[in-house]
Amino acid sequence: MEIIAPDKRKIAVRRGIVDKAFRGVVTAGSMISLIVLALIAAFLLYRGFEVFRDFGLKFFTSSKWDAGADDGSIAPSFGVAPMLVGSVVVATIAISIAVPFAVVMALFLCFYAPRFLRRPMTSVLDLVAAVPSVIYGIWGYAILMPHAKGWAETINHWLGWIWIFKVPVPIFERSPFIAGVLLAIMILPIVTSVAREVYSQAPQDQIDAAYGLGGTRWGAMRTVVLPFGKSGLVGGAMLGLGRALGETVAVYLVLNLVFKVNFQILASAGGSVASLIASRFGEAGPYELKALMAAGLVLFIITLIVNFIASSIVNRAGKSQR
Amino acid sequence: MDYFHFDDAQAVEPQRPWTRRRFSKPKRWSEAAITCAMWVGFAVVMLPWISIIATVVVRGSKAFYIDYLTTDMLVNSSDDPLNAGGVGHAIVGSLIMVTLAALIAVPLGIITAVYIVEIKGRFAKAVRFFTQAMSGVPSIVAGLFIYSMVVIGITHKYNAIAGSMALSILMLPTVTRTAEEVLKVVPRELRDASYALGASQFRTTVSVVLPNVRSGLVTAAVLGVARVAGETAPLLLTSQYFVKFSTDLFKNPMASLPTYIFGNLGVGSDNAVSRAWGGSLVLIVLIVLLSTLARLIGGRTRRSR
Repeated sequence: MEIIAPDKRKIAVRRGIVDKAFRGVVTAGSMISLIVLALIAAFLLYRGFEVFRDFGLKFFTSSKWDAGADDGSIAPSFGVAPMLVGSVVVATIAISIAVPFAVVMALFLCFYAPRFLRRPMTSVLDLVAAVPSVIYGIWGYAILMPHAKGWAETINHWLGWIWIFKVPVPIFERSPFIAGVLLAIMILPIVTSVAREVYSQAPQDQIDAAYGLGGTRWGAMRTVVLPFGKSGLVGGAMLGLGRALGETVAVYLVLNLVFKVNFQILASAGGSVASLIASRFGEAGPYELKALMAAGLVLFIITLIVNFIASSIVNRAGKSQR
Repeated sequence: MDYFHFDDAQAVEPQRPWTRRRFSKPKRWSEAAITCAMWVGFAVVMLPWISIIATVVVRGSKAFYIDYLTTDMLVNSSDDPLNAGGVGHAIVGSLIMVTLAALIAVPLGIITAVYIVEIKGRFAKAVRFFTQAMSGVPSIVAGLFIYSMVVIGITHKYNAIAGSMALSILMLPTVTRTAEEVLKVVPRELRDASYALGASQFRTTVSVVLPNVRSGLVTAAVLGVARVAGETAPLLLTSQYFVKFSTDLFKNPMASLPTYIFGNLGVGSDNAVSRAWGGSLVLIVLIVLLSTLARLIGGRTRRSR
């Protein structure tokens, strides 16, 4: 027998004038983040355009930062190569220290810590994530630096035959290594939070099954939790990287800015685009200010790309887990 | 015919990593060693955090004397003995700028969250994406942007308005994300009930959904405030530092706790550095208070549900 299905009913939404206005206003308001991002790019490009035009690719490859003389006898010359390299070096050091500790910390909080420790630790993580960077900076300068100097000397003593651990002169203060350690401590809370979030979503049935097969707790970590959280961890690390690249004040206080591309991480010479802006801003003339705007634009675009990648990884990891 | 649910079993298969790897025999000593390593790692991570809090409290309390919180630095220099001058102007300046920033960022953040959760418009995904991207804007870039747009372009002076605008850029993503989480937990039945009574979407949002999560939205605002209260870099470029109490939003620079700390560090003498530690203590206490407040308010929402 043939079944005659009724036509699908159409649902028409008719909105009143109030609703239309409401939706319009809210939609317009929600575009604020897009507008602000576009405005940032536009203004920095507008102010820095002249510098990009004058120096072109040299702005990225030159190591010279010279405001020139007022009477024009010395031509100004701007290049951010040492600062870009320095930013990347410092952020890399920070990430490679922070991620292993974040993994241990997250595993500890999810699976190893006694129950009475877990809840308060959440608050502690939130608290240290909220400690302002200027306080990390003053602490890093006063407390961390004397210690980290000793660590740097030890590394240099035992591993000095590796090129990156060499130093031209035996001065170990204000080095990229120390800035990297300080940044590692700064970004640890955020990387740990992301990792903990991901690990806590690891499928309990699989963990139980691992135990059921006679596996140890570490066995369950290694075979279930860690592979499960891999992409989430990468996303968290990228978030930390974005923060490390953009950090200004803390790095400024513990790093010696030197306009020379330097990969020797224990030497007292490093760079950071963000700190460059903070340190030169006060005394910059109009033209140097434009160069700083251009540097700011470069920093903005780099962190934007890093964060885009990070958030798409975290989002994807979040989806596949459910 | 019904044997086909083997399909399901196969679909699950790749999700079982242990089928591919072999467990080592459980060894008690290695397990104990790893647990031990976890505890050591935990201790190593906690050490700097404890050190930071302890140092700030110990060194910061040195700067305190009876009028520290209520005087400004108008007649004193940073090098003066620690029984004169204070941090009052910086506290007032921080509170003013952070409040202004909240007045800008909180409504916009809530509107953005309403768009994502309530209206679910065509651009909802894009808006979320850009909000996330915005949370990664380095604070100094926000400062440079406001400097180039407002300070150079409009006011030609460092002032508090520029400072609070820079802070609001950094505050917006935090508020949006928290408000979004809060709105998501409003039960659908509430909205449906409101629609069934013939209420418009505007009516439903404004008088049913938002009031229902009022305390959650307050939490979002407080979290945003805590996020920006310690921002230094953008304020160095926009509101700078000023030695005296000031409520002038447009004509003068304005002091704030972070720039007070940074400025005193720059002076470098023993007394100035002690002042910097004192400012750090005030700042940390302020942020802890705000975070606790946020948790208390947020906790109340959760319980009442």
